[in-house]
Amino acid sequence: MVATAAPTEARIWQLLEEVSDPEVPVLSILDLGIVRGVAVDGEQITVTITPTYSGCPAMNTIATDIRLRLLAEGYTKLTIKNQLSPAWTTDWMSQAGREKLEAYGIAPPVDGTATGHMLNLFGKDTAVRCPICKSEHTHLVSQFGSTACKAHYQCDDCLEPFDYFKCHA
Amino acid sequence: MLTQDFTNATATSATEPSLLFPFVLQLADTSLILAHRLSEWCGHGPILEQDLAMANIALDLLGEARSYYQYAAELEGKGRTEDDLAYLRSAVEYRNPLLVEQPNGDFAHTVVRQFLFDNYHYHLLKALKDGPDTHLAGIAEKSFKEAAYHLKWSSEWIIRLGDGTAESWQRLDKAIAALWRFAGELTTPAPAETALQEIGVVPDYATLLPAMQAYAAQVLAEATVPEPTAVFAQQGGKIGRHSEHLGYLLSELQYMQRTYPGMTW
Ligand SMILES: [Zn+2]
Repeated sequence: MVATAAPTEARIWQLLEEVSDPEVPVLSILDLGIVRGVAVDGEQITVTITPTYSGCPAMNTIATDIRLRLLAEGYTKLTIKNQLSPAWTTDWMSQAGREKLEAYGIAPPVDGTATGHMLNLFGKDTAVRCPICKSEHTHLVSQFGSTACKAHYQCDDCLEPFDYFKCHA
Repeated sequence: MLTQDFTNATATSATEPSLLFPFVLQLADTSLILAHRLSEWCGHGPILEQDLAMANIALDLLGEARSYYQYAAELEGKGRTEDDLAYLRSAVEYRNPLLVEQPNGDFAHTVVRQFLFDNYHYHLLKALKDGPDTHLAGIAEKSFKEAAYHLKWSSEWIIRLGDGTAESWQRLDKAIAALWRFAGELTTPAPAETALQEIGVVPDYATLLPAMQAYAAQVLAEATVPEPTAVFAQQGGKIGRHSEHLGYLLSELQYMQRTYPGMTW
């Protein structure tokens, strides 16, 4: 497919909505809040992304997916920039994204519970709702889950283990 | 490491690149070597959750190391890439402190090594993220959030082991006796660091020490283990004088690149 018109920022944002997170495919990269900017200068398109975690192995795949999606529209002058600062926070995750996460079986981040800067050792676990049976009776199994952005929880009512997308502020 | 499909946004640096290069390289080496040590636990952790925790921490540190290596390559400006810096330097060229190359030992040794590193790393990044070099500050800001999780993890394990069974207390006490002597090097500036401290790019480590020491004392007290007093400090890694362990580690870490030069995934 060949682009018939010069790219516009609005059009690029629209296309980025169709690029999904390789690790949580129900989320688009816009839901996740990792696209920090789109700049269009004539034919030249620059997309700036930021990693969720330093070692996020998905960043390269995401950059490739963005490139492929835009190339498919006939846009060829592409620069994908990786920017570390300001550092990603779960505040940038969209409301729609949070709902999609829960429907997918991953508990969305509970705002204002980032442990980031305070070291409350053996502090009370964040109350997280079970994404399967919606019970609030759950407990933290491990701060480190299946990927860097998730913690491992278990539901005390339905007993199912589940991932919790950690609040990261 | 992967070939990249993105370029890094460049931040401004007013610091003389040749002054900054050895320090950034030191940070990169430190995070890479510890990431590698932690990755050796993968599949061997005492329980699945802790196996995952160590792999997660390793991944964070590897990501941080890559950011530093990319920046170091840019500062050096001689066409070397992050992979060249990580895979094609010998042990005497590595600038990591001795602590992070120490073998895993038992789980208590790994936890103590991690605790000593995390306590330093957390406080260093906290200062660096507000530093004048914006590129370095950007990496530090990102990694600081992760370092807080790491420190919480290792602190809680120090307490669990110390305040656990007679055997876990003994193992912790033994690990502390073996590793505490490597802590001093972390905050003893090497010449590359002194040069940057003089111009305010790197914090004066003396200003970090009170908070670090108070924190360590608090955690050890909760763990019911005594803090070592007369410690014969070991150092040299930051100027390339390493223990024999680093050579073995690098031979594994660098094997593919040395055997198949230029290979990429
Ligand atoms: Zn449930």
